[in-house]
Amino acid sequence: MRKFTAAVIALACSWTLSASANDSVLKLTQDPNQWALQTGDYANTRFSKLKQINSENVGKLQVAWSFSTGVLRGHEGSPLVVGETMYVHTPFPNIVYALDLNNEGRILWKYEPKQDPNVIPVMCCDTVNRGLAYADGKIFLHQADTTLVALDSKTGKVLWSVVNGDPKKGETNTATVLPVKDKVIVGISGGEFGVHCHVTAYDMNTGKQVWRAYSMGPDKDMLMDPEKTTELGKPVGVDSSLKTWQGDQWKIGGGCTWGWYAYDPQLDTFYYGTGNPSTWNPKQRPGDNKWSLSIFARDPNTGVAKWVYQMTPHDEWDYDGVNEMILSDQQIGGQMRPTLVHFDRNGFGYTLDRKTGELLVAEKFDPAVNWATKVDMDKNSKTYGRPLVVAKYSTEHNGEDVNTSGVCPAALGTKDQQPAAYSPETGLFYVPTNHVCMDYEPFKVSYTPGQPYVGATLSMYPAPNSHGGMGNFVAWDAKAGKIVWSLPEQFSVWSGALATSGGVVFYGTLEGYLKAVDAKTGKLLYKFKTPSGIIGNVMTYTHKGKQYVAVLSGVGGWAGIGLAAGLTDPNAGLGAVGGYAALSSYTALGGQLTVFTLP
Amino acid sequence: MLSFLNRKAAIFTFAAIATLQIADLGPANRAFAADDPKAVKDEDGKYFDAKGNPTYSIKPDGTVDWFTYSGYRRYHSECHVCHGPDGMGSTYAPALLDSLKHLDYEKFQAIVIEGRQNVGNGNEKVMPSLGLNKNVMCYLDDIYVYLRARSDDALGRVRPGKRENKSQATIDAEKACLGE
Repeated sequence: MRKFTAAVIALACSWTLSASANDSVLKLTQDPNQWALQTGDYANTRFSKLKQINSENVGKLQVAWSFSTGVLRGHEGSPLVVGETMYVHTPFPNIVYALDLNNEGRILWKYEPKQDPNVIPVMCCDTVNRGLAYADGKIFLHQADTTLVALDSKTGKVLWSVVNGDPKKGETNTATVLPVKDKVIVGISGGEFGVHCHVTAYDMNTGKQVWRAYSMGPDKDMLMDPEKTTELGKPVGVDSSLKTWQGDQWKIGGGCTWGWYAYDPQLDTFYYGTGNPSTWNPKQRPGDNKWSLSIFARDPNTGVAKWVYQMTPHDEWDYDGVNEMILSDQQIGGQMRPTLVHFDRNGFGYTLDRKTGELLVAEKFDPAVNWATKVDMDKNSKTYGRPLVVAKYSTEHNGEDVNTSGVCPAALGTKDQQPAAYSPETGLFYVPTNHVCMDYEPFKVSYTPGQPYVGATLSMYPAPNSHGGMGNFVAWDAKAGKIVWSLPEQFSVWSGALATSGGVVFYGTLEGYLKAVDAKTGKLLYKFKTPSGIIGNVMTYTHKGKQYVAVLSGVGGWAGIGLAAGLTDPNAGLGAVGGYAALSSYTALGGQLTVFTLP
Repeated sequence: MLSFLNRKAAIFTFAAIATLQIADLGPANRAFAADDPKAVKDEDGKYFDAKGNPTYSIKPDGTVDWFTYSGYRRYHSECHVCHGPDGMGSTYAPALLDSLKHLDYEKFQAIVIEGRQNVGNGNEKVMPSLGLNKNVMCYLDDIYVYLRARSDDALGRVRPGKRENKSQATIDAEKACLGE
């Protein structure tokens, strides 16, 4: 413990910006021995400087210990390690365990909230929770029923709790939270229930609401400044959202905020994306439906938007924009730029200048993507920054009650929430992806509060004319917008990646394998089959000078819907039947943490 | 809206009575999807079996009745997010093509309307009450007929191709139910 304190002090002295962020979070995320945020650091790199486990010796990795969570639903997110304690969370009922790393994982305390089980079916796609966050001696849990709780990290005692939404209206939570300065910033889910979604800041010490910014609606509710908030360098103007909706439809317009948030202490700005507009039937909601499917840059002190960029105007495919925003500096066009890299559901990998919101690169990170030919990069064009949609794959163009077939990617996106990692040492982004296409037939639906508001029939299948698998693990160059290497996977890769200074990249698979690959070449160096499919994110830490790698198993989530039964294959001829075996032939339910180390 | 509510109230009452009857009379009087699905009556394109329960009609050339097709669409909009594609189940909700082998028509309706809970054991399963959801309630028979066809293996894991046309009676009933 003393060694750790010394390291922290050293880091604190070297970090001059600590006053403008949360000191405890900055210190801990700068220390590779700990893992205090789900995303590893504020920049969402999921990169660790640890290198005791490296490309030379990772093949000798062994299971050090394991822990059953007692819950059988989909396990997303990862444990945290702060000091000598590990914090493990579960899906609904959202149990928190504090495990003593000095005592073979003995349970120091356990917190189990009492939640109304009626929240379960209101959650879109399983009862997942993407984990805890730590700041100032507190563990923050954002429960399924939208209750945000601050727990004393030493005792598990509830310090305060506050309710962020109403599950009776379809408002739920699956996401982690972002602790910044003296605030905890949280999102909300419910895009399939017509929820009017928002991002909200609560006082870290009291739980009192500080500000709330909606994804759509009047400027004052969105905390948009018509003059100062920009899109692609130009002010958004008055009523930038209202102008893009018919009537009052924005009030049930979705734009949910359930993804991973990033924070730049230097620019004092946080970044996140918004989800699909409700319903899934585009004909029913004419207009661009701003600001759904957008990247937001906001001031954490006031919530006011600095810039915004809508990636997919007028959604026709359920391409939520909530995936992680990875902050790094990249040399682009001979100039060092402060960049934000984002791998969207829509299949484009975006690189933007995070200070100005300027679009630098937008390229497909799966060659199968076909719904748009490209993103218009011509600054003088009327459609600058917009995707050029292919009419054949436009469910708006083809209309209601028409089955639009062969759209790639499927609604689960080329990538869903499973976060990518970035190694500043290789300069590569490591992206877990889906390789799945779909048929999509929109039709009219009516809205009832608290009831699903979907309005489309979907059928998904592995990308045709490819390797037959449903996923790829991709290494990406965000400067050029190019795939460097790509590893085919039988199932979607639904696990968050981890990159390390040891030249190793880790990820999990839906069959349950933890895999380690060479960061430069993608060569498989190690794999181990854990008890259940992995949709959790890989993390690493040290304890008493030894490096450990940990991951949650527990199949489920959106991956557990379609893949459990196996996808249909419209191309399956007589010989190909059974070629796409069901995930249920490989793995079964289970909630378990597995911790690995070298012998 | 009014007609929708009337219909819903009627179903509620019906379902409640049906549940009681099941309890009293035992399995002999139940109608299961596994019962003979043969359509013996055609009312404006809606088919019924010998017990008077809605059923599917699939011709030798693969042409399905409107309700089977409509049920395919509605199922994949309202139900598949939990119950998986083609009624095959997910990691957290049962495969309805299996459930229908032991759920009768009345019980099926009752569960959709009232919901059900099976919590605990680390695998919390909760079916919501969909009684107020017009996108489900106005298409309850459609969904049932589709799942009955899937349960009997009369329809594979495919989008139904050829189908009978939607009858005027069906169009009128749908509009009345949706309150249009």
